[in-house]
Amino acid sequence: MALTREQMAQRAALEIKDGYYVNLGIGIPTLVANYIPQGIDVMLQSENGLLGMGAFPTAAQIDADMINAGKQTVTARTGASIFSSAESFSMIRGGHIDLTILGAFEVDVEGNIASWMIPGKLVKGMGGAMDLVAGAENIIVLMTHFSRDGESKLLRKCSLPLTGTGCARRILTDLAYLEVRNGAFVLLERAPGISVEEIVAKTSGPLVISEQLREMSFCA
Amino acid sequence: MAGFDKCVQSFEAALEGLSDGMTVLAGGFGLCGIPENLIDEIHRKGIKGLTVVSNNCGIDGFGLGRLLEGRQIEKMIASYVGENALFERQLLNGELDVELVPQGTLAEKIRAGGAGIPAFYTATGVGTPIAQGKEERVFGDRRYILEQSIRGDFAIVKGWKADWYGNVVYRHTAQNFNPLVATAGRVTVVEVEEIVAPGELEPTAIHTPGIYVDRLIQGVCEKRIEKITVRGS
Repeated sequence: MALTREQMAQRAALEIKDGYYVNLGIGIPTLVANYIPQGIDVMLQSENGLLGMGAFPTAAQIDADMINAGKQTVTARTGASIFSSAESFSMIRGGHIDLTILGAFEVDVEGNIASWMIPGKLVKGMGGAMDLVAGAENIIVLMTHFSRDGESKLLRKCSLPLTGTGCARRILTDLAYLEVRNGAFVLLERAPGISVEEIVAKTSGPLVISEQLREMSFCA
Repeated sequence: MAGFDKCVQSFEAALEGLSDGMTVLAGGFGLCGIPENLIDEIHRKGIKGLTVVSNNCGIDGFGLGRLLEGRQIEKMIASYVGENALFERQLLNGELDVELVPQGTLAEKIRAGGAGIPAFYTATGVGTPIAQGKEERVFGDRRYILEQSIRGDFAIVKGWKADWYGNVVYRHTAQNFNPLVATAGRVTVVEVEEIVAPGELEPTAIHTPGIYVDRLIQGVCEKRIEKITVRGS
């Protein structure tokens, strides 16, 4: 079985280390916040100007002036700070974020990412994604392996307008965990119950199967 | 004393001089920290042909979305269309001239505009459609593109509290683009929830010093929330 959105978030959360400043994109990446391993301290950055995003508010705590980049109502945790959009992107562009986890429409074997528009069909806008991928050393792309139209999202070359070039190093999908190395996707982990053959069939770009290939686990 | 009194008595007076074809910079992120009453006044006045610079364009029927409905915006400079159906439709139909700018680049363009810096290099957008037609230069081993700064004829800002000198503080994440926008308007108009007596705001806590502010007005905002999320949901 392909991973659920929650399982994808759970696996991605294992990449978060104690003391990390982390930016989580909109969609599945947002769910990662629910699975941060016990016993580590992490500051979540929200690019609208909040470092130290806390839990969702109780009904009594809802405050229109307290939102995250997904426009959801949130709280600030102890140790949080709030600042302008320029300050927020100084952190991002300046390389101060330890880990960025974001979604995408397509990724290719050069590490290129496309995530902000489908010409003639859909325009979401890039929001902060172009700044995030340009500023971060450490990026995980978290997305489904297949599009809703049944097309592979792991390609030899992205077909959609790019968000950034040469920036994706790690990709976690509902089928597999892969790295981008030397012009290929390297398959490192497969989701429980998913065969290598299925991953090969559903990956459009060149795929190398690691000798260390193992089944994905969800505990640190 | 009156030389520093930025207060005006009506929203009409707050936007005096705003006319067709001007460029308006607006603070806010989604519906958070938007100058609701100033936007509504632009809607009421029926000013057309505007270039609007704002991270988002409100939602259908609220905030800057109202100016889209009234076909008052000729060009929109923003980073995110998101769930605004009318914005997306006008963009895809080509009815609206839209320049999508990465959010951090947009913030820096406005900050630089207010700070008297005409352009800056950034790695954001290199190798993407955003880089087309822009000067590219290598510093160290990285490629960067030249982005030009932005200034506006009017800047409309939403603050929390201000004194009549125009010193402004913002509340929580309603800060967002507001302090940047406040620096980059030829005329900067700030709408706040409360005008307080001079001396009440701590000088060290001021986000926007009064030097940037031309007009100040108190207004009641609806503060609509786009996505209410609560614990356990």
